[in-house]
Amino acid sequence: MSAAGDDGAVRLTVNGDEHVVTSGTTVAGLVTGLGLEPRGVAVAIDGEVVTRRTWPDRPLRGGEHVEVLSIAQGG
Amino acid sequence: MAEPLRPDGHDIDDIDDNDGADVTDVADLGEDPLVIAGEAFRSRLILGTGGAPNLDELERALVASGTELTTVALRRVDPSAPGSLFDLLRRTGIRPLPNTAGCFTARDAVRTARMGREALETDWVKLEVVADERTLLPDPVELLDATEQLVDDGFVVLAYTNDDPVLARRLEDAGVAAVMPLGAPIGSGMGIRNPYNLAIIREAAEVPVVLDAGIGTASDAALAMELGCDAVLLATAVTRARHPVTMAAAMRHAVEAGRLARRAGRIPRRLYAEASTSFEGLADLDAGG
Repeated sequence: MSAAGDDGAVRLTVNGDEHVVTSGTTVAGLVTGLGLEPRGVAVAIDGEVVTRRTWPDRPLRGGEHVEVLSIAQGG
Repeated sequence: MAEPLRPDGHDIDDIDDNDGADVTDVADLGEDPLVIAGEAFRSRLILGTGGAPNLDELERALVASGTELTTVALRRVDPSAPGSLFDLLRRTGIRPLPNTAGCFTARDAVRTARMGREALETDWVKLEVVADERTLLPDPVELLDATEQLVDDGFVVLAYTNDDPVLARRLEDAGVAAVMPLGAPIGSGMGIRNPYNLAIIREAAEVPVVLDAGIGTASDAALAMELGCDAVLLATAVTRARHPVTMAAAMRHAVEAGRLARRAGRIPRRLYAEASTSFEGLADLDAGG
């Protein structure tokens, strides 16, 4: 998929919804931008788990499907 | 192939599960901890977080249950959700056990387990791979496949399984830390439908056996423990009870009572009466009449 568009915006999907971030935004930046505390949160991109310690070094790319999960009541 | 189950064919009530010490108070059960993968728990009740009306009620129920381990699911974040389950767990000190609820294939379950490991920084997982939404019964083929993959990946797998002694044995061979057979379908409240299979699972297993699913009320939990289960995992029976906190306390007592009864050694079942009072020395009140 393409990188940032001409306007520097990266368009991707977060939990099934379209989402736009600025070019260079990392996974860590996305999680913070969603107003989340990183603890209790897990992220997958295109079905693959992104290890927490790599969040600050992993930029988001256009067209990626990002899943941001947290613990919820269950089972 | 799995090895054959123990073919003793002995009286199912003829069990001595006591190390000889008298246990007269539930506090003494602390000397008899539940040990899973080398970690000890004083409480033999694992309470799930699913189904509670709100986090406040859930927190009070968890505390009343005395549980030290509680299952949680992984779902898309909802920044608008009130309160934080994570904060609740931190506040109460109850250890979270991430599950793979909602997974129908080994592939999904393995990925969800990895998400749980990232979210909670634990290798422990309650592995659930169900066949369909109507029964929520475990899919044995997918379950065994997921177990093998997760054990290879270093997970401590607590596997939710059918009340099938052979499958339990295969899961143990694959390296699970605990087998968790159902008593009845999840949320059904139907209790323990096949106590004899559970007894066979308990006989054969060298890992802890945790009765998981089907519990409706306190007597079901006590029965599970009397049958020799090492612990009981339940959620709906508490969280959807009319008064969850009170039911949580009932379950705590039931699990403790069942454990004590198991260790005490029940009397054998008999078809006919056996007098506990001697007939010797009975008065002859008809004499001289």
